[in-house]
Amino acid sequence: MTEETTRAAVEAVWRLESTRLVAGLVRIVRDVGLAEDLAQDALVAALDTWPRAGIPDRPAAWLMTIAKRRAVDLYRRHERRDVLYEAIARDRGADVVEPDFAAAVDHVEDDVLRLMFVCCHPSLTAEARTTLTLKLVGGLSSREIARAYLTSEATITQRVVRAKRTLAEAGAALDEPVGAERAARLAAVLGVVYLLFNEGYSATEGSDWTRPDLCAEAVRLGRILTTLVPDEPEVHGLSALMELQSSRLRARVGPDGEPVLLADQDRTRWDHARIRRGLDALDRSAQLTRQPGPYALQAAIAACHARAARPEDTDWAAVADLYERLGRLGGTAVTELNRAVALGMAYGPAAGLTLVDQIAGEPALKGYHLLPSVRGDLLERLGRPDEARAEFERAAELTRNDRERRLLLERAAALSRLPRG
Amino acid sequence: MRFVSFIRSDEPNPAGPPPPELFQAVGDLAQEMSVSGSLVDMGGLLPSSAGAIVSLVDGRISAVDGPFAEAKELIGGFAMLDVRSREEAVELARRMLRLHQQHWPGWAGSIELRQVEDADHPHPDLPRT
Repeated sequence: MTEETTRAAVEAVWRLESTRLVAGLVRIVRDVGLAEDLAQDALVAALDTWPRAGIPDRPAAWLMTIAKRRAVDLYRRHERRDVLYEAIARDRGADVVEPDFAAAVDHVEDDVLRLMFVCCHPSLTAEARTTLTLKLVGGLSSREIARAYLTSEATITQRVVRAKRTLAEAGAALDEPVGAERAARLAAVLGVVYLLFNEGYSATEGSDWTRPDLCAEAVRLGRILTTLVPDEPEVHGLSALMELQSSRLRARVGPDGEPVLLADQDRTRWDHARIRRGLDALDRSAQLTRQPGPYALQAAIAACHARAARPEDTDWAAVADLYERLGRLGGTAVTELNRAVALGMAYGPAAGLTLVDQIAGEPALKGYHLLPSVRGDLLERLGRPDEARAEFERAAELTRNDRERRLLLERAAALSRLPRG
Repeated sequence: MRFVSFIRSDEPNPAGPPPPELFQAVGDLAQEMSVSGSLVDMGGLLPSSAGAIVSLVDGRISAVDGPFAEAKELIGGFAMLDVRSREEAVELARRMLRLHQQHWPGWAGSIELRQVEDADHPHPDLPRT
């Protein structure tokens, strides 16, 4: 193997192992920052050794062994060896004399979940939670995260440092929470994963319509969660939602990077493997509860679209009904706006417009570009082109996404070209 | 990026039938790959006697039932992987073969990895719409 290919292979192993390595180390050394440093040390050692010696048979155990040696050295140097042993004894039972780091690999599922809980600790801001999750659970480098968030590497590095300090200062318990605390923390984890997904699915800023790398990472985290917490319906609901939504990623972007709306998408380009996974996850969720939560309901809506071979096959009445149920669970004004779209499709544009006009004054929709965009669409279908054009122009002013702005201005321009009469 | 992997070996296999330990080990690997989010789907294939080959030759479509006597190495199983680099897919294939090495002495075969075409990795010869 050339040095370059070995380096790529080492990095690949790192991507596969870093989550579990860091997660296992967090349990043992009970310090997120230290765990990550030790894991990084192990990576450096691998980059140094493997190109010469070849990739070991059990790379995960190899990395864990190196991290263990570094930990022991470190604690010895700081005369804190007893602290380490004490921590290990507390963790694995009093009979442990020598730390058995390799055995830590056996606790994979628990460790990764605990790491996710730590990354979504209540003392952290939403921004810090997403960044830390991408870094520690996703195994993304600061550079990759910076690219995804269109910011500088220094900013991300700073954010990670601050987050770790916050965790340390908060004395964040590194044990898996139980009872109501566990449910709350799991909800926070799901929220962070969904936030990442949405950040990728409809990039709020910048020149790209989507950021597929963020979506992919969120989908992956969702899959991980379904294996870690298989008995929680909303975990499957969220995973289903992300699989189904992301199945359309390819079709949502035209050849020049412009957005393609749902009705205009080439449905043969939808990712049918993802659709199948999404529908399976939705079934699992339905088997676990008769009272679907918000993620499962949104996934059920996405499933209505996924099941329709052609746009006109969409069961819009079912979609409208699902939005209504979602609204009853404490949906937002945006939920109502989506319900208006579905009503407009199921029962005609007038039905949709009635609801849009009811909610138009909602403070949450102030400055939200999709309100005039939806209103414009309904007005166009009602044969009121001048009003529709004004709405599309207004929506174009409000959106921060360049591609979307262009699409809206095109729709407005098409309306002004209509023959009068 | 997505890869489909095919595991190939001789049929019938000179090493005999796969031992139960292999299934256990492959199950564990599949679980591990699910936890890391890289496994989309995985399955073993029945002997080719349960399959068929449908071909178009000289303008004629014909179906022939298995076993596929002509072929030497046959696909014994497949996996769909969702990974972040080709090296990741190679590493996972390596792990799969290591399990065969450990649990199925005498087995010889290969894993073919093929990247799935998508918008980010378009096929050079396919027309794009």
